[in-house]
Amino acid sequence: MATRAFAKGLLGLRQSRGLFVGHPCGRLHFSTAASVEVSHPQVDSVTEDMLKNPDFFNLSELFSLKDLFNARVHLGHKKGCRHRFMEPYLYGCRLDQDIIDLNQTMEHLQLALNFTAHIVYRGGIVLFVSRRRQFSHLVETTAKSCGEYAHTRFWQGGILTNANIQFRADVRLPDLIIFISTLNNVFEQHVAIRDAAKMGIPTVGVVDSNCNPNLITYPIPGNDDTPVAMELYCDLFKTTIIRAKDKRKQMEMVERQTISAKTS
Amino acid sequence: MAAPCPRTLGSFLAKFGACSSGLTAVSSQISRQVLIRRVGVSAALPGKNMAKGPERYSVEFIRKKVEEFDIGKRRLANMMGEDPETFTQEDVDRCITYLFPSGLFEKKARPLMKHPDEIFPKQKEAQWGKDGRPFHFLFYTGKPLYYSLMHETYGKIMALEAYQDRLRDKQLFDKDFKRISAGTSRWVNQHEFHALLLENISPQDYSYFIQLMERLLAMPYSALEEEFVLRYRQQLEVQSMKERAPPLQQDHRGVAFSTAQGRRKSATSSVVLRDGGSGRVTINGKEMIEYFSVLQDREQLMFPFQFTGMLGRFDLECTVDGGGRSGQAGALRLAISLALLSFLPEGERELMRQAGLLTPDPRVRERDKPGQAGARKKFTWTKR
Repeated sequence: MATRAFAKGLLGLRQSRGLFVGHPCGRLHFSTAASVEVSHPQVDSVTEDMLKNPDFFNLSELFSLKDLFNARVHLGHKKGCRHRFMEPYLYGCRLDQDIIDLNQTMEHLQLALNFTAHIVYRGGIVLFVSRRRQFSHLVETTAKSCGEYAHTRFWQGGILTNANIQFRADVRLPDLIIFISTLNNVFEQHVAIRDAAKMGIPTVGVVDSNCNPNLITYPIPGNDDTPVAMELYCDLFKTTIIRAKDKRKQMEMVERQTISAKTS
Repeated sequence: MAAPCPRTLGSFLAKFGACSSGLTAVSSQISRQVLIRRVGVSAALPGKNMAKGPERYSVEFIRKKVEEFDIGKRRLANMMGEDPETFTQEDVDRCITYLFPSGLFEKKARPLMKHPDEIFPKQKEAQWGKDGRPFHFLFYTGKPLYYSLMHETYGKIMALEAYQDRLRDKQLFDKDFKRISAGTSRWVNQHEFHALLLENISPQDYSYFIQLMERLLAMPYSALEEEFVLRYRQQLEVQSMKERAPPLQQDHRGVAFSTAQGRRKSATSSVVLRDGGSGRVTINGKEMIEYFSVLQDREQLMFPFQFTGMLGRFDLECTVDGGGRSGQAGALRLAISLALLSFLPEGERELMRQAGLLTPDPRVRERDKPGQAGARKKFTWTKR
């Protein structure tokens, strides 16, 4: 599901060149219907190498397990608040408080940051969503500083699903939604998670021990209550996005130079 | 109803003709420029297809209309034999009412020739660039300007708190720091706030904004953000007493005097207040004791002097007509207070206004109603 959404997210972008949809998505085989010839567009080797590289933007140097521990990312809620689907991500429970497995967090964080970087590299729109009032200003500032968008306010029902009417018919929706906190003010799942899934928009989200990680494309199990942890996440996402944009500018400049060298 | 196009006016003119053939040609050209206004359009309305949303006018379209309007204005001026350079909108309106006299009562339905900015409703400029990326970082919230204002205000509060903490660390915190004066102004009301932002602001949004601004205002060092705060405050209008105070005149002997009129119920009065007197009061030629035998009426007359502490200073020459005892006393009191204004400094004038001496009493006798004994009294209620 992750790779399908990954490919779909990339196909939706304007900057993307022809991409090869690798995995056979159809599970049903019709015996009578003639198979439709699907022409897979050829992707050039540079892009293929980039996508196959698990850490093209070298994002693993941005964080370590020690940093996560110091930022109290491993602290979950009490065991009474535990969500059933978060059980695989928990290391254990100490004095009734759930402890999140930081080894898993490291892997998920790496995947999520890599995915974000690739989306941003191809000129995608990133929307930061959080409904925690304490961190609303922080999230908005982070989004503004890296040139992306934020929504930490009351979610009007049809922003994604009814965007044609609410904005204009030719509005461009976000290509990635990053949830710094997946719950809203009444501790229920944020409506945007379901809406993004409906509209086929991939999501990255920090899921605490009381959250549902189901519909999130790239969940990051971690604490979403402590200010230190939130500042860490915002900092990581901001650095990733800026790094990806700089890389893009670099590549475009190199391309322009090679083209001008060829023509001259 | 879709916009009736200018063709209708042109065809009307062609049918009935104007005075001369030359006039017809020019007026048909003018008619193209005369844009019949859509009634009741203040916001963008949907066109023929409701689902497409409000009608959008491209920048190119508006620019062309402005060009046509300017050319049409010059042609109209030449036609009417006026100078095209100094042809104002009022002149345009005058010429149009002359050329196209209309008997319609509804002013908005009459032919008009106005600048396209007044006819085509103002729309928000494009929200995103060619690549589709919105310009504002809070675009997806639906109310970018309002939420960015809240964001900015909160940022200022945080910055001020940090600044105060730094001062406290260095023991330089001064709790007597100059505050923003809030007495002479009020917060913008919801309509003014909407006019500032041009977005859908609900009453809750407005109240949250005011709460946040109050929080900013209550902080000790809020004067550092005075310019920002004053943007959302309206100055209270202080009613100037200068207009209502009668001018101070001097008679041939050099004595300062002033005249004023007053009304109460159905009594009207006129008063001449002379300085350097001994407190003599003449009403309709009679002495005050003679005219007003009741103490209450004399007290009413003397109250303005007693309030300002100028009891024995002035001579009064009054005339009063109409009304009864109490009405005449009230009318005289108002006239005296107004005449006294010209002798008083500004501060005293405000005190007089607050005391209620300068407010004309609007109470008049209520009319009797049919089916009742009096104005309020009803006939005896009978069960059957």
